[in-house]
Amino acid sequence: MPSTAFHAPDSVEDVVALLAADPTARPLGGGTDLIVQMRSGRLAPGSVVDFKRIAGMTGVRREGDGFVIGAATPCTALKADAALAAAWPGVVEAANLIGSVQVRNRATMAGNLCNASPAADSVPALIAAGATCVVAGPSGKREVPVQEIPVAPGKTSLAPGEFVVEIRLPARPEGGGDAYLRSTPRTEMDIAVVGAGVSLVLDADGTCTSARVALGAVGPTVVLVEEAGKALVGTKLDDDALAAMSRAVQAASNPIDDKRGSVSYRKAMAGVLARRAALIAATRAGAKA
Amino acid sequence: MSKIHVSTTLNGDAAEFLCDPSASLLDALRDELGLTGSKEGCGSGDCGACTVVLDGEMVCSCLVFAAEAEGGTIQTIEGVAESAVLHPVQQKFLEHGALQCGFCTPGFIVAAKALLDRNPDPTETEVRYWLAGNLCRCTGYDKIVRAVMDAAAELRQDRPSERTPA
Repeated sequence: MPSTAFHAPDSVEDVVALLAADPTARPLGGGTDLIVQMRSGRLAPGSVVDFKRIAGMTGVRREGDGFVIGAATPCTALKADAALAAAWPGVVEAANLIGSVQVRNRATMAGNLCNASPAADSVPALIAAGATCVVAGPSGKREVPVQEIPVAPGKTSLAPGEFVVEIRLPARPEGGGDAYLRSTPRTEMDIAVVGAGVSLVLDADGTCTSARVALGAVGPTVVLVEEAGKALVGTKLDDDALAAMSRAVQAASNPIDDKRGSVSYRKAMAGVLARRAALIAATRAGAKA
Repeated sequence: MSKIHVSTTLNGDAAEFLCDPSASLLDALRDELGLTGSKEGCGSGDCGACTVVLDGEMVCSCLVFAAEAEGGTIQTIEGVAESAVLHPVQQKFLEHGALQCGFCTPGFIVAAKALLDRNPDPTETEVRYWLAGNLCRCTGYDKIVRAVMDAAAELRQDRPSERTPA
């Protein structure tokens, strides 16, 4: 690898200053994408800025009934947080489909988001859950919906000097449930051919009062499919409603054809996985079988 | 580019080294510290041959910058045996013939020990999922899984195995 400086500052302001001073500089959380991209020659940053030593960057904390996840928190630590795993099982499971245990002990959801892969497993689950992220930059901090970060494969909306410092999940709503499913040829160590995240809320008689459906690997970015959520609202998730949701998902899918899946296979599987994820989310929301 | 000075605790002892800013922890272990047990298979986190335990969690040392280990505690394959006495996971790998070329073996043993340290009674499914990040192109995994299950059973009995001097 060409020469790259290494910094491990102890404040967010110092990270921002280092990133702003060099447009090629990269923030370092878990590093499981960054180091691979540097080694392959795809990235040659002038410096890497390790922000893990800054207080609050690693770990999950409660804020009200919601959760604040430091950007350097590894995926396995999410699973270890019983309250988070109980409130947002779809998000925690999605993050723990990435790579191997070794990788998940370093890899973070913030990195998964900022790597901006359309196939990122944790991102559809985060978008379905209505997660936001806090971005620090030269003009201070701003809070952005997760779906506004990726803009194209490998590209984000972050401005020079900006980096994600935390991911925020709301309180799990009363009667809420979420799920994420992906299709891969192997059970582990694979990249999603299609992924679908669903978060929904059921009222006391089992009627869906809100629903969000997000898809991975069927377009240049992870997508929130508002029409698919609308197809579930006001229904009891009967077959007609689920079929309408699947049609909306397929209509919103614009995948590529590659060795991992054809266009028609990906579109068909997007509908199937969204339906299955909706049913798991409904069970978690307390729906009677 | 000047070198970075890093202080760690390595297999229980203080260890310091100098590294290039972009060197991996694996590079430092092998080239600066002379611990060549950890192997580089893929260099991209896919094969697990470089698995070490860093601050209590197993990681691919190829996916960690050496400079990130500052102040950290590292355990490598070289610290698994206690002086001349093999760890039960190592002993069972020998007894079950759970290796052929041996290149993946250090990573498998570090990963298997990390599992048994936290879960003394894993199911076969748990063992297979835990070891999914370790690739072996020789054995077909079956003997590795049997060795780990047997090591777990032995550790649960809390009796010393018939150990072979290392």
